[in-house]
Amino acid sequence: MIDNFFEVVGLPGLSMQGFGPLLLMGTWMTIKLSLLSLAVSVILGLIGACAKLSSLAIARLPAQMYTTLIRGVPDLVLMLLIFYSLQTWLTSLTQSLGWNYIEIDPFAAGVITLGFIYGAYFTETFRGAMLSVPKGQREAAVAYGLSRSQRFFLITFPQMMRFALPGIGNNWLVLLKATALVSIIGLADLVKAAQDAGKSTFQLFYFLVLAALIYLVITTLSNLVLRRLARKYSAGSREALQ
Amino acid sequence: MIELLQEYWKAFLYTDGTEMTGLAMTLWLLTASIFIGFLGAIPLAIARVSERAYVRWPVQFYTYLFRGTPLYIQLLICYTGIYSIAAVRSQPLLDEFFRDAMNCTILAFALNTCAYTTEIFAGAIRNIPYGELEAAKAYGLNGWRLNAFVVVPSALRRALPYYSNEVILMLHSTSVAFTATIPDILKVARDANSETFLTFQSFGIGALIYLVLSFALVGLFRLAERRWLSFLGPAH
Repeated sequence: MIDNFFEVVGLPGLSMQGFGPLLLMGTWMTIKLSLLSLAVSVILGLIGACAKLSSLAIARLPAQMYTTLIRGVPDLVLMLLIFYSLQTWLTSLTQSLGWNYIEIDPFAAGVITLGFIYGAYFTETFRGAMLSVPKGQREAAVAYGLSRSQRFFLITFPQMMRFALPGIGNNWLVLLKATALVSIIGLADLVKAAQDAGKSTFQLFYFLVLAALIYLVITTLSNLVLRRLARKYSAGSREALQ
Repeated sequence: MIELLQEYWKAFLYTDGTEMTGLAMTLWLLTASIFIGFLGAIPLAIARVSERAYVRWPVQFYTYLFRGTPLYIQLLICYTGIYSIAAVRSQPLLDEFFRDAMNCTILAFALNTCAYTTEIFAGAIRNIPYGELEAAKAYGLNGWRLNAFVVVPSALRRALPYYSNEVILMLHSTSVAFTATIPDILKVARDANSETFLTFQSFGIGALIYLVLSFALVGLFRLAERRWLSFLGPAH
């Protein structure tokens, strides 16, 4: 479809020589992977932030360990460590239980790994944002007799989002760019598609630049959405009126 | 585990017997790219906040391109993409440069970190209180003197906390260098893994070295902040 489009428009030089569908699939894989990892990491981040702000040391200490260790090590190193170790551990587990060999789905492993890594970054973002919500708000919620979950979802969360958004946006862009690394652990993402197409047409430069441009389009679109969200969540605060 | 350490500690730290590897290689990649990026970022940051659009705009476009795309793709373009162009290979000088993996890697890293550093310094320049510039102008400074004696020193101090972040992120980014066959810490960990099958231990040692290095950098920057940034802190 894309190939024909460029032929019709009169830019045959831009046609992807039959590799359009491959690149589209790769792009879709990248988007799917980054959105799912985002969901995992936001959930982990919320749990982590609550744990870090908890008054119980048994919750605070593991969360502290998690954020310190993960954020001190490169994401690629963690990705290889977790991805390969998961398989090794699972194999030894199934062997000791006498089960059949189970191979981990690379996509699921990628989502879990990326989600686990960026969960640590989101923990810090949410922790900072939760601290920025005035304490009186929570006290008032307690005084109104709201339950623990009501206090979180009705009072803290909506007010926290305004402070968390810049950090969330940043983390999302970093996470999105980190998905380029999953081709190293064997996932057929955009980078892999571009490399394959480039190698078989001997036009590696062209296809890699194309992949970079696709990333650029996604990051630019994300920036637009983030700006709109920022406006929405800062409704009622003075900074919104810049 | 102990055998792994006995066999690979040298490779993890500085050499595998024939060339520089591991920690030494990672540190070399980091310092080279940070140094080039820093030198490039100072003039670019000044251009980035220029009042003239034709000065500001190209710099903005450069940082937009390099901050909007993954470093891994930038490295691939530098390392394999450019060299796949026949016109590059036929030029002796370009051929010489792009054939070497080290040159390509440092070029990609330096261009990438320079884009981020430019934005950090430009943000710091914008945050200089106007009174500082007014005072400098009242003393008769203008043009490059104003930049060299007031704007740049003040901006560099103010940028320190953000710059330390960028340096640590760059340290983490250097781990993609192994895809361009550069023998950094991660490459040694991978080799150790494929020879011993001790996956967790091999990558774990690599991760530990990166962790220690990150903490060391955080500590160094904290010292630097105490030295150069204490004037912004609360009064004692």
